Amino acid sequence: MGHAPGGPGAGGDCWGACVGLGLCLPPQSGVPPPVPTGAPCPQWPYCRKRCSYCNFNKYVVPAVDEAAVRACLVREARTLLRLSQVQSVTSVFFGGGTPSLASPRTIAAVLEAVAGAAHLPAGAEVTLEANPRSAGTARLAGFKAAGVNRLSVGIQSLDDAELRLLGREHTAAEARGAVEAARGLFPGRTSIDLLFGLPGQSRGAWARGLEAALGLCDHHVSLYQLTLERGTALAAQVSGGALPAPSQDLLADMYQTARAALVAAGFRQYEVSNFARKGTLSTHNLSYWRAEQYIGVGPGAHGRFVLRGEGGRSREARVQTLEPDAWMREVQSRGHGTRRRVVLSPLEQLEEVLALGLRTDEGVTHERWGRFSPHLSLEAIFGAPGEAKALQQQGWLVLDGGGLRCTWRGLALLDSLLPALLCQLQRRWAPPAAPALPAQGAAPAGGGGAPRRSP
Amino acid sequence: MSGIITKKIFLVVLDVSACELRKSGWFSAFLPFPQSLLASYDEEKLDMSTYPVESIRNFSIIAHVDHGKSTLADRLLEITGTIAKTHHNKQVLDKLQVERERGITVKAQSASLFYSHEGANYLLNLIDTPGHVDFSYEVSRSLSACQGVLLVVDANEGIQAQTVANFYLAFEAQLAIIPVINKIDLKNADPERVEKQIEKLFDIPIDECVRISAKQGTNVEKVLQKVIEKIPPPQCNTADPLKALVFDSTFDHYRGVIANIALFGGEIQKGHKVVSAHTKKRYEVNEVGILTPNEQPTHKLYAGQVGYLIAGMKEVTEAQIGDTLFLYKQPVEPLPGFKSAKPMVFAGMYPVDQTEYNNLKSALERLTLNDSSVTVHRDSSLALGAGWRLGFLGLLHMEVFNQRLEQEYNMSVIVTAPTVPYKAVLSSAKLIKEYGKAEITIINPAQFPDKLSVSEYLEPTVLGTIVTPQEYIGKIIALCQDRRAVQKDMLYIDERRVILKYLFPLNEIVVDFYDALKSLSSGYASFDYEDAGYQAADLIKMDILLNGNPVEELATIIHNDKAYATGKFLCERLKDAIPRQLFEIAIQAAIGKKIIARETLKAYRKNVVAKCYGGDITRRMKLLKRQAEGKKLMRKIGNVEVPRDAFIRVLKRQTDK
Repeated sequence: MGHAPGGPGAGGDCWGACVGLGLCLPPQSGVPPPVPTGAPCPQWPYCRKRCSYCNFNKYVVPAVDEAAVRACLVREARTLLRLSQVQSVTSVFFGGGTPSLASPRTIAAVLEAVAGAAHLPAGAEVTLEANPRSAGTARLAGFKAAGVNRLSVGIQSLDDAELRLLGREHTAAEARGAVEAARGLFPGRTSIDLLFGLPGQSRGAWARGLEAALGLCDHHVSLYQLTLERGTALAAQVSGGALPAPSQDLLADMYQTARAALVAAGFRQYEVSNFARKGTLSTHNLSYWRAEQYIGVGPGAHGRFVLRGEGGRSREARVQTLEPDAWMREVQSRGHGTRRRVVLSPLEQLEEVLALGLRTDEGVTHERWGRFSPHLSLEAIFGAPGEAKALQQQGWLVLDGGGLRCTWRGLALLDSLLPALLCQLQRRWAPPAAPALPAQGAAPAGGGGAPRRSP
Repeated sequence: MSGIITKKIFLVVLDVSACELRKSGWFSAFLPFPQSLLASYDEEKLDMSTYPVESIRNFSIIAHVDHGKSTLADRLLEITGTIAKTHHNKQVLDKLQVERERGITVKAQSASLFYSHEGANYLLNLIDTPGHVDFSYEVSRSLSACQGVLLVVDANEGIQAQTVANFYLAFEAQLAIIPVINKIDLKNADPERVEKQIEKLFDIPIDECVRISAKQGTNVEKVLQKVIEKIPPPQCNTADPLKALVFDSTFDHYRGVIANIALFGGEIQKGHKVVSAHTKKRYEVNEVGILTPNEQPTHKLYAGQVGYLIAGMKEVTEAQIGDTLFLYKQPVEPLPGFKSAKPMVFAGMYPVDQTEYNNLKSALERLTLNDSSVTVHRDSSLALGAGWRLGFLGLLHMEVFNQRLEQEYNMSVIVTAPTVPYKAVLSSAKLIKEYGKAEITIINPAQFPDKLSVSEYLEPTVLGTIVTPQEYIGKIIALCQDRRAVQKDMLYIDERRVILKYLFPLNEIVVDFYDALKSLSSGYASFDYEDAGYQAADLIKMDILLNGNPVEELATIIHNDKAYATGKFLCERLKDAIPRQLFEIAIQAAIGKKIIARETLKAYRKNVVAKCYGGDITRRMKLLKRQAEGKKLMRKIGNVEVPRDAFIRVLKRQTDK
């Protein structure tokens, strides 16, 4: 998840972290709901070690001036919450980097800042991504005391050879220990991350790994096909021929095997890579796919919210400065380190609603679509003869009373469906008669679709 | 007085060059004229009467590609003060974007140079020529305006196939030939060996070669002296009636046709009424001038001089290349002219979207105005709609043309598989009646007549010349045999290099022979060819099907012996060129109803990105939108989507490019 503020449950190091401690609060969508809500995702940008597959915005430095980073995270969270006018925080997600390397004191300080700037309900989901190496019982207890109530542990694998290939610093035994400790402290609120499709991994090895993980896990599993990102050590080894690239068919088999096994174990696949049982869906991550508001805090964090505090009316895509030292200087001098802000047009918002919503099992509901597109219903756009209709007939897509969503088979092929659906959306979309008001963005920046450096 | 006038002249000149040069991305130079000329200016025009026939030399530079023709031209332009000397002067005469990008000359250009030698002033007209086999037609027509050539040979690479071809063009035109050995500054330069090759092959004494480095400017001055000494002035007289050869033409949006002319007699100026010997049409001259290399108006042009003429011609066809112009009521014996360019490669061209038809039509019209060697026939197909069948001099010519359509007119088109002009001798009385003749030329595979109504098919052939270091001979002979070629000659030009001559069926070399030859000889072998008539051949038409639907772009006429191998090859390549889709795709090659090859492209089983959280969304959306845009440009065959460039990629047999 990388620069995402509030990454998904990657847990641990590089994987999920938004940079730094990212806080994401899901606020809302294009049309302001009665009480603006939001999900802060603070990013902790530092890692102890660089994993072989990770291309996130992360920094391995000998010593972190934690007090300074903490002060900046606190200050930026306050500033952005004020700018967004979020009244109520639905969730907080600490990503990275490796946020479990931060001290509980830092987590507590950020949560206090959030609670001071907006209402943070007692039961709101507060997730921390943890690396097994920095998830001992004592440390986890500290995070719990600081206000964390959900843990995402980045175990990735329960096989020592695979962990070495991935460049992880933990062992399978440490992963087991961390998950057990986490389940003890956060029963029913612990998630694990698993990777499949590693170079050289066989169907059998994956099936065994999955079985072991199912024996260990709590009620939430994030299951990712390894993506060979350009510029990573692992990708270089594969493209150089030192490691084999898994075939498309093998990857498809592994994915289908895992989906079937998890469903058989009582899990609901509520998103392409996320499985939960007993209703323990991650509120925070759903806010991305439901196109709600989220506020990225920390180096490289991304956000989507309306700058209501400055009279803004349009949803903006915002990215904070990537490099931690530069980010800190900016936060110190002007309260936040937003590097880039782009006002999303109504069509761009709908494109996101569509592309993200279809990743979930609920799909894009009529209600949500209507919030972003009051004049053109899902039916009006996708019910007419065209791409969506053809995809429905072929059994990849469903449009019914619930909304638009993928079939079980279609979900695995979503990226082949989306370009056609986007074409249809773009064709059918007519801009509303009255041009949308340009956002009066923060300070000097503001309206206009063009990216610009935020004041 | 002259000071003031000079200033005025300079202003005008600057103005012209500023806008011309901005177009060509070349800002640095303006045109300082030699003092001798400034004295004779009046108004804004040059007086060319100070250059009588004896002081004129008309010459071309001919060379194998990359042997340094354009660099030498740049140096000559600098030395003579035609352009300012700066490090920006690279390929000054190559004005088209495609020429600069590919480092080739496509369109001949001319420049008049003023040069003083041993106290006398000379007017040297440099007529640039294209440097690729596809454009040898342009070379020969440029040579018709010359009395001599500089034959440039790379001191490292030695004589190459085009050197040989160009030499014979010049030799047959009875021009003075000055061998110039270029790139002597290179570490591996071996000018002595090259001089020996020239002596052996062309029978030119070693001491007539000039050794230079155009890049560094070494000995370039000596080249100019040789031009004056060795190349005769044109044989003609200003007192004779006007006789002007049109050797090239370009089209300017605002001024109409600009014809490049060489005067073989008489003089010409604004207001003269001239007649085309070819069309008999009459025109009034609006402007004459010289090229420096941009147009510079002059009062008159005199016998022996080379320049341009604007005379209210609206279409390039009116300025027929090879045509002779004479004064109204003073007809002259027309100059021999030349054969019109003969297209060797045909391809269908269609708009991606039929609503673009009219835009494409006007782009084609404008582009062919500047390239009269392209033939255009209207065509239409069930699958591709209305379009055209275009004839090109060769595949490079076709690629350059397409690139110019994209770069200069922003047009995206569907181009079908190139085909050569086959012939069929009809046996069916009905068909003979229909066509009005027994022998027809087939430029579109869709019109391939069935075997039952044909007594014989014919295919065009070429005589190919290959020059190669001897170590590659084995591989090259194997390649030629694979291409159904017959060896005609083999000669060692020195102890290391060999010339091979082969008779090739044209279709075997059209697409990728040159690439294959380059690749198996590590770039050392060179190739050129000339037309060699028709031969009987056992031809068939092969279709390629995607899920049962024919791909019109890939229908090809091929030799029966090659059908299975080609069919298999095309299916395999298509399998790699077509992205996986939601369903399985059968890729088949068929002759009539018979399937001769098949590949299966399996359906996608998983295609969804694993992680899509807050920080991934922007990048993700950008990619998806790009894919959506790409989808709109895909060619749909049945329900199969194919990227537009897939077919051309498939047709190139070489994988490593």
